[in-house]
Amino acid sequence: MSSSTPSVLLREIRKAYGVTVALDGVTLELRPGEIHALLGENGAGKTTLMKTLFGLTQPDSGRIEVDGNATVIKSPRDARAAGIGMVTQHFSLVKTMTVAENLALSEAGLLRVDLAKARRTAEDAAARYGLEVPADTVVAELSVALQQRVEILKALAAGCKYLILDEPTAVLGPQDVDSLLGVIERLRDRESMSIVLICHKMKEVERVADRVSVLRRGALVASTVAKGMTTKELVTLMVGGDGAEPVARATAAVRESAAVVLAVRGVSVERALGGLDDVSFEVREGEILGIAGVSGNGQSELVYVLSGTLRADSGNLEVAGSVVTNATPSELLAAGVGMLGEDRHASAVHHLAVVENLVLDQLESVTRLGHLDRGAMAQRCETAIKEFEIKATPDQHLGTLSGGNMQKVLLARLFGRSPRVAIVSQPTRGLDVVSTRYVRSLIAGARDKGTAVVLVSEDLDEVLELADRVAVMYRGRIAGILHAHEVTRGRLGEMMAGVSV
Amino acid sequence: MKPRFVLRAENPWWRGPLLALLAAVVTFVVTAALIRWSGGNPIAAFRYMFVNPLQSKFGLTESILSATPLVFTGAAVALAFRVGYWNIGAEGQLLAGTIGATWFGLHAEGLSPVIAVPGILLAGATCGAAWALVPALLRARLGIDEVVTTLLLNPVALLVITGLLNGSWRNSETGFPDSDVIAESAMMPVVWPDTRVHLGLVVGIVVTLGCWWFIGRMTGGLRLRAVGLAPGAARIAGLQVERTLLTTALVSGGIAGMGGASEIAGVAHQLTIGISSGFGYTGVIVATLAALSFIGSLVVALMLGIINVGSFSASRALSIPSTMGEVVQSVLLIAVVAALVIQKYRIVWKRGSA
Repeated sequence: MSSSTPSVLLREIRKAYGVTVALDGVTLELRPGEIHALLGENGAGKTTLMKTLFGLTQPDSGRIEVDGNATVIKSPRDARAAGIGMVTQHFSLVKTMTVAENLALSEAGLLRVDLAKARRTAEDAAARYGLEVPADTVVAELSVALQQRVEILKALAAGCKYLILDEPTAVLGPQDVDSLLGVIERLRDRESMSIVLICHKMKEVERVADRVSVLRRGALVASTVAKGMTTKELVTLMVGGDGAEPVARATAAVRESAAVVLAVRGVSVERALGGLDDVSFEVREGEILGIAGVSGNGQSELVYVLSGTLRADSGNLEVAGSVVTNATPSELLAAGVGMLGEDRHASAVHHLAVVENLVLDQLESVTRLGHLDRGAMAQRCETAIKEFEIKATPDQHLGTLSGGNMQKVLLARLFGRSPRVAIVSQPTRGLDVVSTRYVRSLIAGARDKGTAVVLVSEDLDEVLELADRVAVMYRGRIAGILHAHEVTRGRLGEMMAGVSV
Repeated sequence: MKPRFVLRAENPWWRGPLLALLAAVVTFVVTAALIRWSGGNPIAAFRYMFVNPLQSKFGLTESILSATPLVFTGAAVALAFRVGYWNIGAEGQLLAGTIGATWFGLHAEGLSPVIAVPGILLAGATCGAAWALVPALLRARLGIDEVVTTLLLNPVALLVITGLLNGSWRNSETGFPDSDVIAESAMMPVVWPDTRVHLGLVVGIVVTLGCWWFIGRMTGGLRLRAVGLAPGAARIAGLQVERTLLTTALVSGGIAGMGGASEIAGVAHQLTIGISSGFGYTGVIVATLAALSFIGSLVVALMLGIINVGSFSASRALSIPSTMGEVVQSVLLIAVVAALVIQKYRIVWKRGSA
């Protein structure tokens, strides 16, 4: 085996869920002793790709080679046998047991649980990599950072040479991030382990990554040496193209005269991780404000505040001039704010029929003397099915619909009540091309009818296609707001990377 | 080989009945073995349990009488479960209802039955709802698990009854720990002449049908179902999740309490320590066997009433334990719950995947 043989090679991996292609023939190589950062927006296929490598999902086609040998990985057990370990965002520790017991458990034979050996493993790892864990403490009493260390230790104890870390720093504070990155570097340098780091934070990638690969909509769009790249260059790589030319788009006439319908003034949410810091912006009638940013910079929290599910610690929210700060979801609905959440499954009642889901936020309008007016509901449903091209029958349970059709039902509900403000978060995540195009046309259509739209999306193309103005979020702040005609990918990239403008 | 449960996309009409049949067969096979083991003839025992009660007017009406409290607790539990409130406290709520009903009944001397009968039901319902209040508030406001709180309040209700019957409500004539007989005007009239079947049954059926109507036809029913099926999505749609939970929990407690009043005013006419033979707990079985359908729970309540009466005669005639009736109920419950899972999910056997 020559030194240029990649340690792990994923070749032409393809995976589709129904008509949605999650991975479209991705080829990725992981070289010996490198930290390989995997970037891309949520839903781009990073996690699916790594689950394939760890045996949690089976690809439709493609193959995996480990150390030059074709390897079939059907389960995490197979993966571990091939020397591959993974630390997911959801830990699999027995919380009521001690660290040593957890370690011993992960490699226990049928009869023996070797606690002494587990303790030795822990001490050894502490000495060699600075991976210190209190071996005799019950896991439930450990911080998230320490639990994560135990997970890494488990992988090491199992003799893994390749380690996949799925957004390990998302749950950590700054100091824990530091020490984790240190551990990763030592694992690379002293054990020449190869580590895949799925990450959204460019600063961390800049600090430790040797190489970087970018996935976009299920395809590998870049794979290159990361050493020496700046944060800005990394973001440019991620958003695609560094063109300084304005993004060609027929912008709607600037409607400076239109009334401000949504005003967000100085909204802050104080949290150790992922808060909001003095967020202010205004959205006018018939305007789409796009909110761009690398995942985890406060976009989700902003949507939660705007939908009444997260309390702002300070600041104000105004809809059409009346203050609705920290109003409940039903009060916001009454004020004319419509919502499409980032997780469509969390907004849909799967076991209720389409016809019932369609009116769930406007039940008063189909109620007569306390009873449901089934006739009116059916009529409304029929209209919506036709108008929004929903492929479903009224009585079908919503949970049995495809993602695209489910999204259309939720959009029909949202736009059916002609909201003054529509908050639309990741509207096309995970949708196929046809549905994506249709959903975007719906959003543009609502804007043209006068709705003020806040479009939160990690898909930069989507923001560029739809938004009249683009606000970029970075570390819980609005890094800047650009008019569509001022937008270039380069400038957005700088702002997303936190380079001040 | 590891089983994995995959949600079924469609359910043909025949699957439900087929699985019900399968559950029944499993129950018969398992209980037949147990009956054989305890020295009885299974076929004869099953005849006593399921057929004999239906062959005489006495057997049938006693079965109906035995089913009456289960109609109330079945509806109470089904309603609460539909909103995702796991009320295991129907027993305590029913007992609280018997306390309220007894209090009212003891003070109803001289009232017209037109006032006293609704009054005693209302007293029972109020106390049942009151008994449900604290767990419901804890769940709706603080998110404290209601399974534990409602369950643990059941023996407390029984202790309150024990205290009352050994204290101020001790029988004034006999001195035994059971209350005086309630005023005649507050007693439920018999609705089937020459039997013990009383108005409580009619009230129970009306309440159950009311629940069925509410859930299926009324806007509040859709709210309740949406909250039960997906509280997060319901909240996003602007529904008031906590309020719906709270209200439903109280109504559920009220229905169970009314069941207690029905027992006092219709059968016992006085409060005793053994006033409930686990009606509240059996209500959970009724609701579950009926897959939380209200019409179904009427049928199941009657079926369990028949098994109840039948298992006593089986035990007398064949000298097998009288608790065999409960064994049959329990096995049936397990078989039906398993069948419900199979109805909802496909089981896929997969090699070695986690």
